[in-house]
Amino acid sequence: MSAESGGESFTEYIQHHLTFWNAPLTHAGGLASVHIDTLIMSCVLGGIFFVWFWWFARRATSGVPGKGQAFVELALEFVDGQVKDAWHGSRKFLGPMALTIFFWVFVMSLMDVLPVDGIPTAAEATGAKYFRPVPTADVNVTFAMSLSVLVLTIFFGFRAKGVRHYFRDVVSAPFTAKNVFMKVLLAPFNILMFVIEMITQPISLALRLFGNIFAGDLLFMLVAGLMTHFLSLWYPLGILGYAVWSIFEMLIIMIQAFIFMYLSVTYIAMAQQHH
Amino acid sequence: MGALAINATLIGEVIAFAILIALTLKFVWPPLMNAIEERQRKIAEGLEAADRAHRELAEADTRAADEVRKARAEAASIIERANQQAAQIVDKARIDALAVAAREKATAQADIENMAHRARAELRAQVASLAVEGASKILGREIDAGTHKALLDDLVAGI
Repeated sequence: MSAESGGESFTEYIQHHLTFWNAPLTHAGGLASVHIDTLIMSCVLGGIFFVWFWWFARRATSGVPGKGQAFVELALEFVDGQVKDAWHGSRKFLGPMALTIFFWVFVMSLMDVLPVDGIPTAAEATGAKYFRPVPTADVNVTFAMSLSVLVLTIFFGFRAKGVRHYFRDVVSAPFTAKNVFMKVLLAPFNILMFVIEMITQPISLALRLFGNIFAGDLLFMLVAGLMTHFLSLWYPLGILGYAVWSIFEMLIIMIQAFIFMYLSVTYIAMAQQHH
Repeated sequence: MGALAINATLIGEVIAFAILIALTLKFVWPPLMNAIEERQRKIAEGLEAADRAHRELAEADTRAADEVRKARAEAASIIERANQQAAQIVDKARIDALAVAAREKATAQADIENMAHRARAELRAQVASLAVEGASKILGREIDAGTHKALLDDLVAGI
């Protein structure tokens, strides 16, 4: 078995694929280190998304649009429509934010359906021992986005209500009462609800995306690993499995990108609602 | 491995996210949104213009039909007037012609009468001289016109 993959056992193969290109910033490492692969892939993919849209935005015409512009506009109008459903105020910021989230998450997760050995092998040729090409299978990316959304949630809440009104809502909602005694009694629960909300929102947002993409990624690794290590005679079966899972994974990627975008917009919109 | 390893990558990704949103906010969203809204406005205007043109066309059609009807009525009245005038002219011409003809006829008749009168007078005179000549031949001698004047006159009057 090991002869087929250059002396690597199945477990080693999987572990190799699950290891980040980790670069410690200090001698201690740990928290003070970065995943070079995640940074490179996320920035390159974000750049691709931006250049793609900017290319058509720069030459956008209000006349008859070309096919490229039509697609970009379609995406824009789709996102705009979703934001409009969730939030009835200005979409000057929420629109671009939702568009960025949707397409960035989409293109980053899309790396999942590329052949699982492709990019790592190419990276290895340039000297990187480990390379994980799917940034959304890294909790750093998903938490970076969900925590940013949390900050925006609080910021937009402050901006829409004012700091005083914002904290009054924290104390007096969602459990409301008429008399002062009940208000005081309910205040701790309201604060507790707020804290839980503030903790669960980013965690659920981040882990949902991470979990889905990581699971998909892992399944690709397993299929590829089994194919090369155990089922060499059943290679066609492995390819079929890979193809079928790719199609399914495409669906998951789209749904996850949409959910992340939609929930982010919803959280920010909810924070601006007056009680 | 460390699938759940949170580290400084997070900060880098936050910065990347912020930059990406800022770029989209500045360079992608506004031009595309403007283009879309501009096109929506153009289409709305186009539709409205088409509607207006449609209405105007219908109006023009009815106006044209009106004009045609009016023109037809006018033409009919002109033709009628012309016919009346023509009839009048023809009548007048006939009356004039009849008058002229009557006048010509009267003149001609007068001329004829004159000529006939004169011819008769000449004939009488010639008959008188012929009668004298004839008589003188028969009688073998000259009849004196002076002496027989009364007789001749009587003869001429008798013819």
